[in-house]
Amino acid sequence: MRGRLALGLAGLAGFLLILEVIPRLGLVSSRYLPPATEIVGALGRELAETAFWTALRDTLNGWVLGLLIAAVAGIALGLLIGAVPLLRELTASTIEFLRPIPSVALIPLVVVLLGTGLESKLVLVVYAAFWQILVQVLYGVRDVDPVADETARAYGLDRSARIVHVLWPTALPFVMTGLRLAAAVALILCVTGELVIGAPGLGTRIAIAQTSGAVADMYALIVVTGLLGVAINVGARAVERRALRWHQSVRSEAAV
Amino acid sequence: MLNVEGLRKTYTGDGRAVEAIRDLTFTVPDGDLTCLVGPSGCGKTTLLKCIAGLLTPSGGTVTLDGTPVTGPPPGMAVVFQEYGRSLFPWMRVAANVELPLRQKRLPRERRRELVHESLAAVGLADAHAAYPWQLSGGMQQRVAIARAIAYEPRVLLMDEPFAAVDAQTRADLEDLIRGLWQRLGVTVLFVTHDIDEAVYLGRRVLILSSSPTVILEDLPIDLPAERDQLHTRATPRFTELRTHVYQQIQAAKNTVHADR
Ligand SMILES: Nc1ncnc2c1ncn2[C@@H]1O[C@H](COP(=O)(O)OP(=O)(O)O)[C@@H](O)[C@H]1O
Ligand SMILES: [Mg+2]
Repeated sequence: MRGRLALGLAGLAGFLLILEVIPRLGLVSSRYLPPATEIVGALGRELAETAFWTALRDTLNGWVLGLLIAAVAGIALGLLIGAVPLLRELTASTIEFLRPIPSVALIPLVVVLLGTGLESKLVLVVYAAFWQILVQVLYGVRDVDPVADETARAYGLDRSARIVHVLWPTALPFVMTGLRLAAAVALILCVTGELVIGAPGLGTRIAIAQTSGAVADMYALIVVTGLLGVAINVGARAVERRALRWHQSVRSEAAV
Repeated sequence: MLNVEGLRKTYTGDGRAVEAIRDLTFTVPDGDLTCLVGPSGCGKTTLLKCIAGLLTPSGGTVTLDGTPVTGPPPGMAVVFQEYGRSLFPWMRVAANVELPLRQKRLPRERRRELVHESLAAVGLADAHAAYPWQLSGGMQQRVAIARAIAYEPRVLLMDEPFAAVDAQTRADLEDLIRGLWQRLGVTVLFVTHDIDEAVYLGRRVLILSSSPTVILEDLPIDLPAERDQLHTRATPRFTELRTHVYQQIQAAKNTVHADR
């Protein structure tokens, strides 16, 4: 574990070194790729600006809100569809049709309908994240063990008790996977929405840096979005491990 | 008293009909320990699910104390063969045992008492906080048995509960069941494909034919009430009884083959 961390850090240091050396040697013009030290300097300047923090907050607001709406809708609908076989048959082909539509293809539509504010960004985020979650929940509810369900019925658990004690825990590992995927996709759609539509956030700030020729700042902002992505993934995995202590994928060999 | 009257079950689906049970009639008096023995695939699980109200029969009736069974009746507990899938891996042992009691809306104190008593009764007093998958197969089946007795059922149904555990564990569990039955006065219907097990455990053995299933014989087991693995199985009477059951099942197989 220690060794792997050290290797990873060494790799990162090497990567930064190359980024520093390439523009300094003139292999690539520093107008397109500033040396790493300049990017770090720009990052420092960004962190000192309130406008940066406002943009970061706008992006995270959209992310959290969109993910929350998608999660509630995806989980509720998934459980409902999963619990009612007729609904499953009815919705299957519609889901297969709607799911592959890339969220970005909706940009012109939402701009016409909702303008260029938070709502438009939210629609994109929710659309992309919703399918990730719904599809996983649908896989999850299909995974219910008939023996477990019959046991629950034999001991008098009614339908709602079986949803709480059998269906939901069975689906939970899938829900967690769905949430992790959705969290990543939601961030992508947030930044995309901001870049393309101009809804306030880090994306708009990147676009402004680009048009005003602040190349190092642009790179610094890109680094920030990357770090956000990493943090989201690490956080999602931690939540997943906690919620699924009992699951094969997490089980430790803890003594009784 | 458990009453099974003219029970039939034919599975339909995929345009194919499988006649699992042709015609079964028997009663299990209160406090009895009846073993159902029959070859694999003869419909034992099907029968048990019909009795437990988990499956709707194609014909005939099941009544428990005069009330027709149309869904899982209160006061009936089931122990399945697949203990690994019947216990919930996301709940600790104590929570698994407690869940049906919560559904029964028993007060918290009473639930805790029952969980403690029943886990102690199966020899797992110190496994409360473990997850089922941290236990051996035999221990998992003990948890399933504890869950069943904590439920305080009047009727306990068991579907080949020991088919998947090793021989030594199996012997221990058989004695555990006889002990619990004698102590609790619960009515037990125990399904197995193992002739020795049926004769050793039962006060009475119902011999089933192969599918489509009928009852071949209702055989009282006149072994003494106090039984132990070593001596009971070595008595001449035990050998006679098991040989008799074995011959019945063999004869049934041959007649079924003859009229095909
Ligand atoms: N769900 C089902 N659909 C169709 N056939 C079934 C189903 N369950 C069991 N059967 C058939 O019914 C017969 C009896 O099965 P089962 O009750 O499981 O026997 P046993 O428990 O004695 O081994 C078998 O022929 C089996 O294939
Ligand atoms: Mg069976």
